[in-house]
Amino acid sequence: MRPFIVLLNKEFIKLRRDSFLPKLIVILPIALMLIAPLLVRMDVRNVNVAVVDLDHSTTSHRIVSHIKASEYLSLIGATAEFDLAMKGLEEGTIDIIVQIPDHFERDMAVSTPEKISIIANAVNATKGSMGTQYVVQTIAHALVEFGNEKSPNQLSEVVTVQNRYNPTLNYPHYMIPALMIIIFILVCGFLPALSIVEEKEVGTIEQINVSPVNRFDFTLSKLIPYWVIGFFALIVAMVIAHFVYGLIPAGSVWVIFLGTTLFILTISGFSLTMANFSNTMQQIMFVMFFFIMIFILMSGLLTPIDSMPDWAQTFTLLLPPRYFTDILRSVYLRGTTIAELWQNFVALGSFAIIFNILAAVTYKKQA
Amino acid sequence: MSETVISVRNLTKRFGDFTAVNNISFDVYQGEIFGFLGANGAGKTTAMRMLCGLSYPTSGSGTVAGFNVMREGEMIKRHIGYMSQRFSLYNTLTVGENIKLFAGIYGLSKQVTAKRSDELLARLKFSSERNTLVKALPLGWKQKLAFAIAGIHRPEIIFLDEPTGGVDPVTRRQFWEMIYEAAEGGTTIFVTTHYMDEAEYCSRVSIMVDGEVRALDTPTRLKQQFNAGSMDEVFRMLARDAQRGE
Repeated sequence: MRPFIVLLNKEFIKLRRDSFLPKLIVILPIALMLIAPLLVRMDVRNVNVAVVDLDHSTTSHRIVSHIKASEYLSLIGATAEFDLAMKGLEEGTIDIIVQIPDHFERDMAVSTPEKISIIANAVNATKGSMGTQYVVQTIAHALVEFGNEKSPNQLSEVVTVQNRYNPTLNYPHYMIPALMIIIFILVCGFLPALSIVEEKEVGTIEQINVSPVNRFDFTLSKLIPYWVIGFFALIVAMVIAHFVYGLIPAGSVWVIFLGTTLFILTISGFSLTMANFSNTMQQIMFVMFFFIMIFILMSGLLTPIDSMPDWAQTFTLLLPPRYFTDILRSVYLRGTTIAELWQNFVALGSFAIIFNILAAVTYKKQA
Repeated sequence: MSETVISVRNLTKRFGDFTAVNNISFDVYQGEIFGFLGANGAGKTTAMRMLCGLSYPTSGSGTVAGFNVMREGEMIKRHIGYMSQRFSLYNTLTVGENIKLFAGIYGLSKQVTAKRSDELLARLKFSSERNTLVKALPLGWKQKLAFAIAGIHRPEIIFLDEPTGGVDPVTRRQFWEMIYEAAEGGTTIFVTTHYMDEAEYCSRVSIMVDGEVRALDTPTRLKQQFNAGSMDEVFRMLARDAQRGE
């Protein structure tokens, strides 16, 4: 026990004496949480919409007024001339044209009406597709509301509104869990690996290897400080999410903590394994950067996994952050319980065991 | 002679096609200062790493402090001290913290650590430097401190890998006084060096050339054997035939 205590103490002293790391550890989560959610947005504002209203009914007017009221859409004009709107689309002053067919309201009351058509300028693919979705939702809202007033339950059964769990389509809320994960990857993945390889470069690890220190004691003493820092960062991030963005976990905080614990174990085990195979700082930085890029781009942190090609979706099953992204987002935004997420927990737990065994097996005191 | 503490028979280490250490055999006795000489690349460090349980021999056998170098590396580590050519204390820890760390690593209790730490600092006349960061110390002081710390757990053998590289002559002298003191106390010293004047201080000297031990005896008898005036001449006569350069 005594060797472990002195080793752990050494790590904390080293960390405290470092001129740079303690500052980084405090600033990184705060800066990321305060700035990134505002900058990294995939939601689209100021989508210019023109309505070609051939119906001129109460329904069509209602749709127009809903579009006008939308936070994301700006109504450029309601006209009866399709060609005029099309000209705007070509010139770029209009992003989306909504055409409400003649007799839409009347037909809807009796049978299936001719469909409302939405024409989008998809040169900017994100704006085009997101804008279209907003328009569809706005129209759906209008119709549901209208239908409910006339005869309840008639239309609401036909039209369902998406985005149930992030009702305002608030992009910062969607981003916050992802940012937390990025912080864990950096603090609990990158830093311990650097710390071990630094000892290799300086030569102090030789002094440890020639002593009777148990490799588990040494490894654990390297990791514990970063686990502590990881949890500190989680709490800072949760406080900022609450007070700055008004985001409170919809589910249990304990489930979040459990998931975080498993994820931190996984990522630090992974980083140790990588450190065992690297002899220089350049090597480890390059290797870790490579994997971190894959983790960030392919774990559904920024872009949904569902929209990846099939082979890539299969590949993501091998990425531990993928499971944690799922856990953190659904617990935070949707209030999912641990029972519903058990597969993710099992996957993450398995990764934690695999990587830590690998880390212990590949650390050799004697070559 | 007294008890054998290191005994090596036909020890060999190969890295792929390259034979770093080729079939070496020797014994080291308790309380000796055993000089392990050789040109750069002769295989000294590799041989020493095998004795310290840092590297597995490819073939051969050997015991260090009564433990097998093939199978009992971790047991050997409990009974030896080691100081490498690369400076190996923690720079961002103070003198006192380094002592505490290494004492703790060898399982010394807090009380024993405190006692030995005071003794050690008094012996080195370092008591005023207890709270100085190691990185602020001059190299010679660091080496002396590292040697003292290598013996904090009272090991049977202390391995020194080029301990005085880059150290000034005065400090080198003091360093050797410390080595003598330790040897008189019964600790065996196994030391590699490139300084031939230091070789003269050793009880016995082995000289490695191209992975093999070419000569092993007391400095006096080696000089007789090679009909040389100094260890420097002896070394140059042997190293001249070396095939492996730096």
